[in-house]
Amino acid sequence: MKFLDEFQDPRLVKGLLQEIGSLAKRRVTFMEVCGTHTMALNKFGIRAMLPNRVDIISGPGCPVCVTPMNVIDAAIEAADIENVILATFGDMMRVPGSSSSLEAEKALRSDIRVVYSAMDSLGIAEGNPDREVVLLGVGFETTAPSIACTVLGAARKGIDNFKLITANKLIPPAMKALLDAGEVKLDGFICPGHVSTIIGSEPYEFIPREYGIPCVISGFEPVDMLQSILILLRQIDEGRSGVEIQYSRSVKPDGNQIAKRFTSEVFKIVDSDWRGLGKIKASGLALSERFQEYDALKHLGIGLRESAEPPGCLCGEILRGVRSPPECGLYGLRCTPERPVGPCMVSSEGTCAAYYRYSGGARE
Amino acid sequence: MTPVDMILLAHGAGGKLTRRLIEEDILTRFENPVLRRLDDGATLTFGNLKLAYSTDSFVVDPIFFRGGDIGKLAINGTVNDIAMCGAVPMYLTTSLIIEEGFKLEDLRRILNSMRDAADEANVEVVAGDTKVVSAGSADKIFVNTSGIGIVEREVSGSNAKVGDKVIISGFIGDHGIAILSEREELDLKVPVTSDCSPLNGLVSSILDATDGIHVLRDPTRGGLATALNEIALQSNVGIRIYEEMIPIRDAVRGACEMLGLDPLYVANEGKMVTFVSPDDAPQVLEVMREHRSGSDARLIGEVIAEPRGTVLMRTRIGGERIVDMLTGEQLPRIC
Repeated sequence: MKFLDEFQDPRLVKGLLQEIGSLAKRRVTFMEVCGTHTMALNKFGIRAMLPNRVDIISGPGCPVCVTPMNVIDAAIEAADIENVILATFGDMMRVPGSSSSLEAEKALRSDIRVVYSAMDSLGIAEGNPDREVVLLGVGFETTAPSIACTVLGAARKGIDNFKLITANKLIPPAMKALLDAGEVKLDGFICPGHVSTIIGSEPYEFIPREYGIPCVISGFEPVDMLQSILILLRQIDEGRSGVEIQYSRSVKPDGNQIAKRFTSEVFKIVDSDWRGLGKIKASGLALSERFQEYDALKHLGIGLRESAEPPGCLCGEILRGVRSPPECGLYGLRCTPERPVGPCMVSSEGTCAAYYRYSGGARE
Repeated sequence: MTPVDMILLAHGAGGKLTRRLIEEDILTRFENPVLRRLDDGATLTFGNLKLAYSTDSFVVDPIFFRGGDIGKLAINGTVNDIAMCGAVPMYLTTSLIIEEGFKLEDLRRILNSMRDAADEANVEVVAGDTKVVSAGSADKIFVNTSGIGIVEREVSGSNAKVGDKVIISGFIGDHGIAILSEREELDLKVPVTSDCSPLNGLVSSILDATDGIHVLRDPTRGGLATALNEIALQSNVGIRIYEEMIPIRDAVRGACEMLGLDPLYVANEGKMVTFVSPDDAPQVLEVMREHRSGSDARLIGEVIAEPRGTVLMRTRIGGERIVDMLTGEQLPRIC
C-alpha cells in the first residue's frame, strides 16, 4: 500500500538494524510513552530484532491504563442513572472499576454507547433531547482538542443535555515525574508522535536541558521507530542531547496552533491523579470556569471516591517502567486479556496486553 | 455482578471467551466424541454412509450490505460449514425469527436471495420454521440454517500434520470491512464488497484432485488468526505464517489501519484455509486458482512441530510474533 509499504520496507529495516548494531556500544534503555508505539514494537516484533544492548521499555503511554479507577467508578455511577446515556471510547469498556466495568453495566441494561469520535456524542445528545448524554473524556493531548470542539459545539448549538467527565492528561509532566522519581535509569525518550503533532517539540525541551536526556519524536511504522532509535544512539555517541523530530511528516516544532487554541479555550490545567503514578502537578485538564455547566459529575452530583488497586496488581510499577509484565504474579495466571485484573491488560495499547498478545502468556 | 458472571458481547465474538464458554458450559453437558472434535460441523456414520451435519444462526447488522444480505449469508454459511467437513452439502432447513413490524418487502428480498444462494450452491431447503416476536424483542430478523451433506473425504481441524502447507483461497477481511463500511456510526466509505459465497464447488475440485487434504476451515467470525489458532490447538501443532504472503486488499488494509483493526481477525464469508501435504501443495494451488472462488489463492505458511498450539507470524520486516486468539469482540454482529 502506498505510503505505508515504504515504512515497512525490509531492506531499509535491515540497513537500520545494522547501523543500530554498530552504534550501540554500551547497554542503553530507552522509554516510549505512547500506546501506539507499544503496539508497533510488539506487532512487528521489533524488540527481538534489536541488539540485546538496546532495551526499549514502555512508560505511561496508554490513556486507558493511566485513568484512575475512581473515574471509571464515577462513569459507571453516571451510566446507572435512569435518564443518562454514557458515551465512551471503546477501549474503556472492559477496564475493571472497583466492582464492575462499563461492559458489564451495558449487559445489565445501562445505556452505554461506544463512539469513535467525541463529536458523535453530540449527535446522540441532539437525537435524544430528553436524555442526558455524558461523554467519558479520556486521553492525552491528542483527544483533548476534539473533546474541546465538542464542548464548543454544544455551547454554540445550545445543546444543554450534553455533559462531560474530564479525565484528559498531559504527557510531558508525567515524563518529568518519572525522571524526578528516579526509579528507572533512562538513556533516552521516544516521544509520542500523535501527542507531539498537537503540542510540537517545545514541551519536551526541558528533558535534555535539565536532565541531559536525548529525546526523539517518532512515527509508528518499523522504519520510523528504528530511525528514531538510531537518532537517540547518535546523540549518545556524539555526547549531546536535544529533542529531534523523526516524525517530521506530521510534527512541527510548534505543533498544531488551532488544536492548541481549542484546548486552552475549553480546559484549564490542573493537578491530576494517574493510575500507578499518583498525583502529578499540572498534568491534567479540567473544564475552565466558562464551561463549568458541562461538568457531568458536578451536574449529576457524583463525587470521586477513594478506590484501592486490586491486590497483587503491578500495573503501577509497569506504567512507571520499573517492572515488566512477566514479573507480575498475576500476569498470565489470574490476569489475562479475557479476564483482566489491571488496566494494562485491558487496552490493546496496554503494556501487559501487548506483551501477552504478541509474546504469549508464558511467564519468564 | 462481575463481568464473568453474565454473557457479554465478547462471548459471541468467536475468540477466547467463546471457546471457554463452549468448553466449560457446553462440552461438559453434551460430552460425546463427535462434538468434542469442535469442527465446523458433526461427522456422523450410519453403516457405510457418512453424513456431515451443521447449524448456524445469523444476526448480521445491517441485514443488507454490499455483496449480500442476511439470507445469502445464512445459506452460504451452512453450506460452507458442511463443505469444511469434506462433504457435499445436500439439504438445508431454515428458521426465521422476525420482529413484528418488519417489512414484507424486505422479507421477500431476503427469501429471494436465499433461494438464489441455494440454487448456486446446488442445495435444497427442505424444512423450516417461522416465529414472530413483539417489536423490540428481536432486531428486525434473525435467520438460522441447518443442513446435511454426504462426506466425500474425512477432513478435520485435528488432522494437521507437521510439514503441511497452509493455503488461503483468496483475499482476507473483505466481509468484515464491507459490513463495517455500512455502519453509519463509522462513516467509513471503502469500496469493499463482501466475499459471501459458497465454497462447496472449490472443496469438491481440490478433493477430487488429491488425497493430501488434511484440514479445511472457513475463517469466518474471528478471521484467519482465530481459525489457525483453533487448528493449532485441535491438532496440537505449531503454525508459522508469513505476513507478506497473506493476500489483503489495499482498501481493507487501509480501513484496518484507520480503525486500529488487525485484518487477520476480520471476518470472511467466502474463503477457506486448506492444510495440505507438502507434495500435493503445488497441485492444490493450481486447481484452486482455476476455480472462480480460489483465483487469488496463496500459500501462506506451514505446520511446525513447536511451539504446540501456537501460531507464529514472520512479520513483513523480518521479525517474529505470536498471533494469538482474539480476546474481546473486535466488532459485534458481523454474521
